[in-house]
Amino acid sequence: MRSKVVSSFEEAVAGVEDGSRILVAGFGEPGTPHNLIAALHEQGASDLTIIANGAGMTRDDGVMTTGNLIEERRVSRVILAFTASTHPSRQTPLERLNEAGEIEAEITPQGTLAERIRAGGSGIPAFFTPAAVGTEVAEGKEHREFGGRTYVLEEAIVADYALVRCWKADTFGNLVFRRSQRNFNPIMAMAADCTLVEAEEVVEVGTLDPDLIHTPGIFVQRVVSIPEAGGMLQAPPLAMFSGTPRS
Amino acid sequence: MSDTGKPLTRDLMAARVAAEFQEEWVVNLGVGMPTRCSDFVPEDRTVILHSENGVIGYGRNATVEEATPYVVNGGAQPVLLTPLASIVHHADAFAIIRRGLLDVAVLGAYEAAVNGDFANWRISGRKGGGIGGAMDLAVGAKQVFLLLDHTTRDGRPRLLERCALPLTAAGVVTLVMTNLGLFEPAGEHFALREIAPGFTVDEVQRLTGAPVVAARGLSEVKV
Repeated sequence: MRSKVVSSFEEAVAGVEDGSRILVAGFGEPGTPHNLIAALHEQGASDLTIIANGAGMTRDDGVMTTGNLIEERRVSRVILAFTASTHPSRQTPLERLNEAGEIEAEITPQGTLAERIRAGGSGIPAFFTPAAVGTEVAEGKEHREFGGRTYVLEEAIVADYALVRCWKADTFGNLVFRRSQRNFNPIMAMAADCTLVEAEEVVEVGTLDPDLIHTPGIFVQRVVSIPEAGGMLQAPPLAMFSGTPRS
Repeated sequence: MSDTGKPLTRDLMAARVAAEFQEEWVVNLGVGMPTRCSDFVPEDRTVILHSENGVIGYGRNATVEEATPYVVNGGAQPVLLTPLASIVHHADAFAIIRRGLLDVAVLGAYEAAVNGDFANWRISGRKGGGIGGAMDLAVGAKQVFLLLDHTTRDGRPRLLERCALPLTAAGVVTLVMTNLGLFEPAGEHFALREIAPGFTVDEVQRLTGAPVVAARGLSEVKV
């Protein structure tokens, strides 16, 4: 059996073409594939479509975010649940380009985003949801009534690549996530043609309990061990999230 | 603002909302002020806190010493897990919401209206916004509570006859907690159930963009 483990982040993102659609997992810091984002940054592909929960702020501690890719005009389109920062005082690069009309930004409710990705990874082309009915987000979309309630049609999302972060992977690409690191990772891993994984630990096949695997290796193409590739295991906590002392 | 009253602190507002949570309720706390409620769940009650990233059964906010890089709430802040915690992925976290298992979603807001509409995702003059999970939560949860300051920083009312900003959802709000009191959207007016100590109903009315009617048994906000 061929191992899917590659020895560097550079090797993991090799071949990502201009114009690729890329799913980027993570919610807050947990489960965010910072090392793969940094490698994609180095790799140079442009005209990308980024599909993620939000498009991050740039950081001043050297940690790369999708905000850096956007700032460098490498991204022409985004699909996100947040196209602006929740803190108006901290403007993201996306907000600046969006205000200037220099990037295409589609906003979608977070549950709709998650379900569009799950549908994409499940062979379902579209589905109806009650979220956003009666708001400007549902304008122009097909509506239909089921059981007396109105729903809006939303289409599935599939992508060329998914950037995923996990706790443990085996050499076949079976993945286990820890706590809230899971978030978008398993559904994004299923919705891409090529799923790239950075793992906090890589173990031999047969080590992980099959009952406890979250993502089967058949969805995964390449795995990098963060410690063996010399990557960053944990991003330093942002000051704003480094614990919330009770007031 | 008032001759004799002081607006409620954010901790008091959060504690008052948390006092509404009943035994075994499943509750989602939105980004901003609502996540503070997790620190004030009454000790005699088991409340199951749910977050969009798939954490079911988290507890209070973690201190700097307790925080781990693996457990955060819907506001991406470090929290602790309770013994009944379980984890699902993002799509299942929202399946729980749409399936109708949440007893309440507590959300922040820019505006609330007498008809139960609210707006919390895009401010005027801005092209982008932040919907997050709010639109799914607003239509999926059995009740929607709002937690917001009564006025904007420059003193304009946030409680209105009709929302001026783009809606998050129509007609879903059941309770509104502000730093001036506890309100229910009642169709044509806000029913004032509890008022911040030292404020008069007239003072609250002057700071509100819709009629305020004192509910029967109006009392001071107490936690």
